[in-house]
This record gives sequence, structure tokens and C-alpha cells, in this order.
Amino acid sequence: MTSTDQQPFLSIKDLKVHFSTEDGTVKAVDGLSFDLVRGRTLGIVGESGSGKSVTNLTILGLHNPDSTKVEGSITLDGEELNGASERKLEKLRGNKMSMIFQDALTSLSPYHTIGKQIGETYRKHTGCSKKAARDRAIEMLRRVGIPQPEVRVDDYPHQFSGGMRQRAMIAMALVCDPELLIADEPTTALDVTVQAQIMDLLKDLQKEFGTAIIFITHDLGVIADIADEVLVMYGGRCVERGTKKEVLRDPQHPYTWGLLSSMPSLDHPVDVPLNPIPGSPPSLLNPPSGCRFHPRCTFAEKVDGGLCSSERPLLELVDGRGSACHLTAEQRGEYFSDLAGSAAN
Amino acid sequence: MSSTTPLLDVSGLTKHFPIKGGFPIRRTVGHVQAVDGLDFQVGEGESLGLVGESGCGKSTTGRLITRLLEPTAGKVSYQGKDITHANRKQLAPIRSEIQMIFQDPYASLNPRQTVGKIVSGPMEINNVNPAGGREKRVRELLEIVGLNPEHYNRFPHEFSGGQRQRIGVARALALEPKLIVADEPVSALDVSIQAQVVNLLQKVQQELGIAFVFIAHDLAVVRHFSQRVAVMYLGKIVEIADRDDLYGNPRHPYTRALLSAVPEATVDETPARDRIRLQGDVPSPINPPSGCRFRTRCWKATEKCATEAPPLVQVEGNKPGHLTACHYPETAEAVPAARLSKDPEPAI
Repeated sequence: MTSTDQQPFLSIKDLKVHFSTEDGTVKAVDGLSFDLVRGRTLGIVGESGSGKSVTNLTILGLHNPDSTKVEGSITLDGEELNGASERKLEKLRGNKMSMIFQDALTSLSPYHTIGKQIGETYRKHTGCSKKAARDRAIEMLRRVGIPQPEVRVDDYPHQFSGGMRQRAMIAMALVCDPELLIADEPTTALDVTVQAQIMDLLKDLQKEFGTAIIFITHDLGVIADIADEVLVMYGGRCVERGTKKEVLRDPQHPYTWGLLSSMPSLDHPVDVPLNPIPGSPPSLLNPPSGCRFHPRCTFAEKVDGGLCSSERPLLELVDGRGSACHLTAEQRGEYFSDLAGSAAN
Repeated sequence: MSSTTPLLDVSGLTKHFPIKGGFPIRRTVGHVQAVDGLDFQVGEGESLGLVGESGCGKSTTGRLITRLLEPTAGKVSYQGKDITHANRKQLAPIRSEIQMIFQDPYASLNPRQTVGKIVSGPMEINNVNPAGGREKRVRELLEIVGLNPEHYNRFPHEFSGGQRQRIGVARALALEPKLIVADEPVSALDVSIQAQVVNLLQKVQQELGIAFVFIAHDLAVVRHFSQRVAVMYLGKIVEIADRDDLYGNPRHPYTRALLSAVPEATVDETPARDRIRLQGDVPSPINPPSGCRFRTRCWKATEKCATEAPPLVQVEGNKPGHLTACHYPETAEAVPAARLSKDPEPAI
């Protein structure tokens, strides 16, 4: 990222989130750093258990402080959030930063009308009247494209379809014009045609308000559509960073490369079998030593001296681009060259 | 496949679920028209993909074929034999030839049974005694699906999601079925694991010559796996064709919209695909629109669409076997070249 011209709005430095459980310490996030400027979208890609959701719950301070150990620093617009008081966080949540969750039905309260749930956040942060909150809710519903918002504002969540619920969630998240929006798999539960509608909506709203968006997903296709920059997570760590074009066209980490070559696309030749990543994601209770991807990596043996299993590769960024891998640039060029042949076409 | 009897022949298949309501006597106040008049065939060793959005009736179709549900109307023939209303006893020999793979590998395996017990379950129920004993057969099956035969005595919780799905595949293969209905077999799995299971299913299909009805919402996965593809919308098939015809020359507006909405991991300066953005949501199957069910979201709909339901026929310019249910089918020229599978331009 070219952060010289603009101060990062959100800055995360060496974030570590550890949960203590009966079986031991789960290192859900293990040394993650990234910056985000206003008006940009950061896409975070990773499998279940890669730590992408935990990272974002920690930013909002939604983790359980009794069983969670958070190290590192999270600064939002110059304010430190790690260790901030609950009162301070409460003022920020829903106001300056907000979140859209994956499952809209379980995230909405079935006992309250949509309008009340949207207006509640607004009243809490602005202290306005009920009438004003209701008007604001109607305005928000209109903005996210719900037909007849004056009528639908009094509906309950069960009266909305899946896509409309997700729209209502977005309306709720945007009611105070947040500067940071975290969207955690907002379209995963939706059908493709509705997913396309929601992504268009987010893009329009970002253009209008200049919101910084963190978009979490496991779908590289969605990333290609919405993100400016991409962060690939594996086993609680960032393995690759770069702009969307850099990561998708020219992946540097074997995991990203593997993901791209294992995905069937609408242009993939049908007689060529898919090229899966062997094995399964690591347990974070007892993660592999060194590079966490090395037990599944096809290229681990090509690195001399067993470096992959003994030493953690560092993420070195040049202009916001880089990957955490022991392979040299020449080796990557040689091994990854067949991506175009095996995955893209 | 039209010359010989198809393995599975479905005609006019309909399933309406009654809605009970009213007081004090609970009576039927309406019907959810989950599946409404489906016609399709599956040949021996062929793979038919069923795609559509949630609520379009694709899972209900799978359950009707396997006779886990009783059809309201229509006919299901297996190897020329009518099994639409066959009773338990008549179905028994057929049940072992039609197997199912379920979506959720966490919910579809009994947590209290060992892998050996789960996979040999179908053999026990059908009293099948393979040469060398059931245990030997189970170990063979585990080997086929890429699991360690040593894991015979382990429990499902000791396996990851992808491995559990492999156990589900092994169980489906236990009776050497002729037809497997796979209901969203990879959608609950992580992206890096999906390809493993798709490859396994493909290997099974090709090497053992098993016919598949592959139900999924992911168009790219279906394209990779199925020789023929049927697109469903609100309980009806709107288009059915060979893979290359359907993806290369979609004639129904819904098929085109669906294909254009699939996000792909490609970065193009000039988007090769014209995006079609459908408005609104899928209407309720309790009270579907009259005429063509897609008309409420279709940009071409006219009065004719509201009054007359378009039949599923071979429209002008289609190859034989490519059927479309639309009054105003899309033309071939409008499809971007990038959609065709033999496009030389690299996508990434």
C-alpha cells in the first residue's frame, strides 16, 4: 500500500490473540500486521480456522476478556483500541466502526421490528428522539434498496427474505455513517444472484461515504470482485499481501497458488482434473513448527536444510507486496509458471 | 441415450407440500409447490448436474428420485420399472442400487459408530456378504476413497471435514450402486478441500461407471463434474443441455443471469462478461407467478409470459437435447466469447 500520501486509518501491529482452553492454548492469531486507509477495501481470504474472524472480532473488542490474551496494537484513527475501556469501545462500536455478520437471521433479534433494531443504534449514539430514529431507519432501508421502506420498517425479521435481511443488516451497520466497516462473509449464505446485488450495494455505499471496508471471505472470486488489496491468512498468520491484481495474477506463496489452482472456474478445461492442496488445515492447538503450511506444501522439500519445518518465514513487504515463504523468487518463477496452464485455462 | 432405456426416467414429477393451518380443525390452507412437473433422464454412467438457487426444489428432486419422499404426481422409472409408488418391499432391491451422499459430513455420520460399522452398515441392512468378508470390503473401500484402511476402528470425530465426506462416499459405494444422488457434496467443505472431493467423485464416476445426479449451487463445480446440466428455478427446469451447450450457449435469460453473477478469481481491465443484475428475490413457491415463473425478475417479460407457461422445448438454433423453457430465448451472438470453454486467452 502506498501509505505515504495518506495516514493509515486502521493500523494493526503484531497482533496476537490466544485463547486458553482445557486442551491448551489456541493461537488463533499469531503475529498479524496490516494497515488500511479510508475508502479502500481490504479482502481477507482464508479457510475456517485461519483466524480471519477472530482478528476482526478483536478489532471491535468483542472477544471475551477473561479467556483471551490479546497482544500487539490496534490503532483506529490514532486511538489505541487494545486495552481500551469498554465504555470507550461502546462509543466507537456501531458509530465509527461497525460489522456485518455472516448469518443475518441469527444476528437479528426476532422479537423486535427491523426499524427498531436499526434505529436503536442511531438513538444510542446521537441521543435523538424515537421519531427521528424511525425516519433515519426508513431512510437507511431506502438506501439499501428495500422496496416500500415506510411499510417494511415495521416488519419483523422473519417477514424478510434472506437477501433483504442481509440488506437490513447492512442498513444497521451503516446507520451512523461508520468510517470502518467490517464485513464477515456477508454473502456466503446467499445465492449468487443476490450476492451480486449485495456486493454492488457495498461498492456504491463505499463510493458515497468513503468507508474503509474489511471484507472477509473464503471465496477468491468474491475478492476479485470487491477488494483493492488482499491479505491471505493461513494458520493465524498472514502468508501473502498485495493488491488484488498482484495476488491473483502472480501469487507468491504456495498456499495462494494452491488455492487458485484448485478452484474450478467457468473457464477451466473440463477434462483436466482439479489440482487440490493435499492434507487438511492445521490444528491451532498444536500448530506445525516453522512455516505452518509446510506439511501441505508441495515445494517444502525444495528448500535446503529443512528450513520450512524449523524456521518461521518472515513476511517482508516492499510497497505493501510480499509473502512469507522460504522459496526464492527464481524458484517461485519456475514452480508457479504452470498456473496459467492448470488453473486459468 | 434415447435409443436404449435410460437408467432413470423422470416425467412430470411433482411434489406439493401441504401447509396446515386454521382453527379449530387443522386443514390444508395451501401448498408449497416445491417441484412442479420435471422431465429428465439419466443414462447409465452419466452425470447430470442440477443447479439452482436455494428453494428451487433441487434437493426435493433428489429425495424424490431416491424415494425418500412420495411424489404428488408424475412418474419415476428406474431401469424401465415404475417405482413412483412402489412400497417398501418392492423398493428393497432398488434401494441398494441408488445411494445418496449428503451435504453435511458432520451430521450424516453416526458419532457413536466406528468407520468400519458406518461403511459396512448398508451391507448389513441388505444382507450382502462379499467374498472375503465385510471387513475386507470396507478396507478396500477406504482405500478407494483415499483413507487409510488402518482407520477402520476410528470414530467420525477423529476425522476432518474432507475425510468425513470421504467416509460418506465410501458408504455410498459399499453396495456397488448404479446411481448416486449427491446433494451438495462439497459445499460444506473448505475451499482447499473441495477440489480433493470433486476429484474423488470424478474418479469414482469414471472408473466404476456410476451414474450421478449431482445437486449443487456452484456452477463452476457442476460444470466440472457433469456431462449434462439442468437449471432449475422455482420448481421447474428452465433449461437442460449438454455441458458445453449450456455454458457456451445459454438460451434462457435466467441461465445467463446466473452465469454472469458467478464471481471469478480473475482480474481483467476490461470485463469480458456483461453483468446481468437480477432485481429482487425469488418469489415464494407457495404462490408462484402465473405463466413463466421467472417473469417477475426477467427483463424481457411481456404479457404473454404472464398468461402462458413456456414449454421446455428445443428452441430454434439449439442442438438436439438442448431444451429451453422461454418465449423469448437469448441469441447466441450476445454471449461473450470468454464463456466458451476453448477460449485461448488466459483468464488470470
